[in-house]
Amino acid sequence: MTAVPVVRMRDALVAAMQEDIDDRTALELADRLAGEVAAHGARLVLLDVSAAQVVDSFISRVIVAIARVCRLLGAQVTVVGIRPAVAITLVELGLSLDGVRTALTIDDALTALGNGASGDG
Amino acid sequence: MSRSAGQPQPAPEFRAPIAAVLTERGGQVLDGWVERSALLTSSSGADDLRRDGGAVLDALRAALGESGDELDLGAVSRLLSDFSARRTRSGDRPAQTAGAVLALREALLAELAVTGDPEDRFTVAREAGRIVDQLALGSFDAFLAGREEVITQQGEQPLELSTPVVRVWDRVVAAPLVGTLDSARAQVVMESLLQAIADDGALVAILDITGVPTVDTLVAQHLLKTVAATRLMGADCIVSGIAPQTAQTMVQLGIDLSEVTTRASLADALAMAIARVGAHAAQSARA
Repeated sequence: MTAVPVVRMRDALVAAMQEDIDDRTALELADRLAGEVAAHGARLVLLDVSAAQVVDSFISRVIVAIARVCRLLGAQVTVVGIRPAVAITLVELGLSLDGVRTALTIDDALTALGNGASGDG
Repeated sequence: MSRSAGQPQPAPEFRAPIAAVLTERGGQVLDGWVERSALLTSSSGADDLRRDGGAVLDALRAALGESGDELDLGAVSRLLSDFSARRTRSGDRPAQTAGAVLALREALLAELAVTGDPEDRFTVAREAGRIVDQLALGSFDAFLAGREEVITQQGEQPLELSTPVVRVWDRVVAAPLVGTLDSARAQVVMESLLQAIADDGALVAILDITGVPTVDTLVAQHLLKTVAATRLMGADCIVSGIAPQTAQTMVQLGIDLSEVTTRASLADALAMAIARVGAHAAQSARA
């Protein structure tokens, strides 16, 4: 399993999860994102999960953890591109990613974050 | 009254003469069957029977040849079920299909009347009648099962028809719900709403429940799930069309929708959605 690529654009970090992310890769991503945010003083973290067909309870907990950790370090996390089937599964599991911002596309996420007030659901 | 009390009991020892008739005079039985059924069923039904009857009689003979008290008519019933199902699709009435099967009794009796030991004829005939009755009942069951299937299919169609998701504005989709929201429909609504959000890139989804007569805790649960799933997709969800009476009921039931954006009418919800999309577009232009 290759590591999730993290791209830095100005004060934003973009990480795109692959189709079949496993638990260890997710944890590794959480560690690396925290390090990158601290090292570069990033203000935004965009987590693109549009490739993921399956997001299980562990991965979703990791996502919530990433959001909390990055907020402590001063960066706002937005989860981008959750698929309909994944959204239904998460809701049925009772995991609604409370406190995590969501957006349909990276474009929308950047627009909403530029605004600051909206996009919180 | 004593006659009706005498339900024919299985008489295994009298099956051999029936099997013998089927072996020796199978052709005549089939001819008689088709001929008699032509009076009871449609002409295409009789043609069908001429084609399939031979296999049915073969299966019946094999079943009669088996030892044991219980007669296993499974194979025969399956053949006749196929026959009934085909006739149902061709538009035959149940009486016609059952009639085609029951015609076998007359055909069998006609051949049994000229063979075997005259002493046993009555009992053999009764056994033959019992077997044919059993087959006719089986074919009636198959007929009903065929109908049931059609009804189920028709029941599923309104489910899809009654849950449309429409694009009402640029990047705004709305699902006007009409009728009771049960678990099956709530699931369909959620799936089609989320799919519409993904397809249209919607920023706002409006769930209009003007046409939902009652909102109980279960329906509210479904609404909350849909709202949560919508939020996961990155869209805002507005629930509109809660009638005053419904709102009072919900409060009395202790249903908490404080996390959900609600508006009284679809018009108010649409105005809010348009404002939201407009703000997003303005923000996008500034960036």
